[in-house]
Amino acid sequence: MGVLLDAISWLLLSLGGVFVFIGGLGALRMPNLYTRMHAASLTDTMGAVLIIVGIMLQAGASLAAIKLFAILLFLLLTSPTASNALASAALLAGMRPGEARTEDEEPGK
Amino acid sequence: MYYVAIIATLTTMALALIRALLGPSVYDRVLAVNMFGTKTVLLLSIIAFLSGRPDFLDLALAYALINFIGVLAVLEFFRRGAIRKASNNKAGD
Amino acid sequence: MAQTVTESRWRARFSQLLLFLMLAIAWIFWSGVFKPIPLGLGVFSCVLTVYLARRMGYFDNQFFTLRFRPQLIGYLAWLTREVVLSSLDVARIVLDPRLPISPRVVELEATAQHPVDQVILGNSITLTPGTLTLDVHNGILKVHCLTEEGAQALMSGEMNRRVAALRGD
Repeated sequence: MGVLLDAISWLLLSLGGVFVFIGGLGALRMPNLYTRMHAASLTDTMGAVLIIVGIMLQAGASLAAIKLFAILLFLLLTSPTASNALASAALLAGMRPGEARTEDEEPGK
Repeated sequence: MYYVAIIATLTTMALALIRALLGPSVYDRVLAVNMFGTKTVLLLSIIAFLSGRPDFLDLALAYALINFIGVLAVLEFFRRGAIRKASNNKAGD
Repeated sequence: MAQTVTESRWRARFSQLLLFLMLAIAWIFWSGVFKPIPLGLGVFSCVLTVYLARRMGYFDNQFFTLRFRPQLIGYLAWLTREVVLSSLDVARIVLDPRLPISPRVVELEATAQHPVDQVILGNSITLTPGTLTLDVHNGILKVHCLTEEGAQALMSGEMNRRVAALRGD
């Protein structure tokens, strides 16, 4: 039982690591701000969920698991709020989301 | 066994730092800093279990709170600046 | 009229007490120390938080109360599935050397009328990788999509319908 739990937790941690890395790569590769935010949300959702659930399996039923769950809940509640605030601030500053391949200029120059 | 996740998180933090340095706009930098912050939370939670010190979870939670509030505060600051710039441009026309 | 005023005041009292109890439980979970000084500090910070929330007008209306409904569990399960599927999609796009993106902005009219439901809809859209809520105004959501397929899936309106069904009755 313990071995199986360890294996699942190891799998989740590695998968989470892979997703986090892909998200970071995407944030670097994508051509403009809004597309980069899609890649960043990948690390905030799948990456965070997989890694924290993986650690929760290691923690078992303990106070640490409750704390981890609170951290996960907080991350899942705040990350869309933060990206929303970022997107609307960038939109207000006049960054056009339309053009796909052009590098965005510094706004307001 | 935690090392895969730790290496991935650290690599992503490095990538986020590169994005923060490259820019090009200030919002890209804010996005990169936000990413860096959430990855720090994950890293702290992993380290808590790697070193067997659950106190680190409290640090992770506090860091998540500070990161969120910090990003919102910085964005509010830039938003005010953008509004002021826009109204100045309108007045200058 | 007077009847409703006292009733709403009692309701505000009740939610203040509820908030205090939740904060106290959270404090005890996190500190785990039962010495008089930490407990006193805990009571002090809980009272301070409730006082500040009252000063901010948090208890003045029932507007932002999120009612827990059993449908929420079903919605969360569906949202999880959706997040996993679109995460795989976005991961595939990032790893593709040609970077096959076709970003576009679509406007989605929220079926749900209540502002809290519209916030749930907007946050669910943002939480799903590949779609990002830019702006919510008068029930119209401006959504940035990473791909054409993502935009079509969004406009088919399944998430919209499910969020509207949350308030139900």
